[in-house]
Amino acid sequence: MSLPLLTPEDIRRYHRHLIIPEVGSAGQRKLKGAKVLLIGAGGLGSPAALYLAAAGVGTIGLVDFDVVDVSNLQRQILHGTSWIGKSKVESGKAHLTELNPEVEVIGHEEPLTSDNVRRIFEPYDVILNGCDNFPTRYLANDAAVFMGKPLVDGSIFRFEGQATVYLPGKGCYRCLYPDPPPPGAVPSCAEAGVLGILPGFVGVVQAIEAVKLILGIGESINGRLILFDALEMRMREVRIRRDPECKVCGDNPTVTELIDYEEFCGMPHRESSVERALDDDGEAAPGTKAA
Amino acid sequence: MAIKVLIPSTLRKLTGDQSLVSLESTTVGGCLADLDAQYPGIGERLRDEEGEIRRFVNIYVNGDDVRFLEGPATPLKAGDEVSIVPAMAGGS
Repeated sequence: MSLPLLTPEDIRRYHRHLIIPEVGSAGQRKLKGAKVLLIGAGGLGSPAALYLAAAGVGTIGLVDFDVVDVSNLQRQILHGTSWIGKSKVESGKAHLTELNPEVEVIGHEEPLTSDNVRRIFEPYDVILNGCDNFPTRYLANDAAVFMGKPLVDGSIFRFEGQATVYLPGKGCYRCLYPDPPPPGAVPSCAEAGVLGILPGFVGVVQAIEAVKLILGIGESINGRLILFDALEMRMREVRIRRDPECKVCGDNPTVTELIDYEEFCGMPHRESSVERALDDDGEAAPGTKAA
Repeated sequence: MAIKVLIPSTLRKLTGDQSLVSLESTTVGGCLADLDAQYPGIGERLRDEEGEIRRFVNIYVNGDDVRFLEGPATPLKAGDEVSIVPAMAGGS
């Protein structure tokens, strides 16, 4: 596939990239031709989306079906006060386009489910995970493994963050955590709180890793789980290995197609029985709704 | 001999807000038992009813997951760093 050419305006806009030997004109064209999907336009998705758009990633997809709430604005810097009550995807499009009109922003205003994940992931080169719940984490992982897509993962809790990159054939989220915690065992950010600035750090780590993958430069954090503690201002790492016994990416996988991730995580289906009765599909979706 | 155990923030209310605990344990299993003896309640957060390390909590010795070492039997020596890293899902 031939990469898009840079326009004179691109050359002015990306000057500080073009003069770095590791990026240069060839790298900037790779960014312009790249398609990155962000799962969630929230705490992690906000800084990642803004920096990826600023950096000139040509196509950015946003998966989110939520609307902006005033309590999001303590950390979700992709949105603003005048967008309260409005769609996060639309707010994201408006802010990213204002930052960089050359970026194509594609909205996927629907919960990510086993039914739509393949369609949504298909056009993208890199998936950046900023979701807020275990069912969506396992869903995104399994879909990325089955589709051979790199997954740039991040998660946050109060003052702590985790980030890593899963590359096809080199281990996955299930190698790290084979089973989800029972519901309620791990409090969400909505229940436990999060320092508003923390997702800025972790989301930017994810954006950097996505750009490194696109450019093919540096050392990926694949195989390393980065642990960030803002209170102690310390970054440590532990090793992630591909588990030969992994149910999804191991030598003899037993999970070879997408499953019901709400059930896998021991959750009652999120949509009420009334809504389910109204919806013949009855597919309760692991969402990307704000925690 | 002393080993260092790094406590994640989710469990620090059980350790009196300490993020680092020093123990004299000689195996990972012993370390978890010693931790529970010193800070009652922490054990059940880390191991299930059968005593297995919970699948959503990882224990690392010097950065290596004990599931790929010798599990609870993994030996510890002075200066080793044991990290407890529970799964976290937050992102928004």
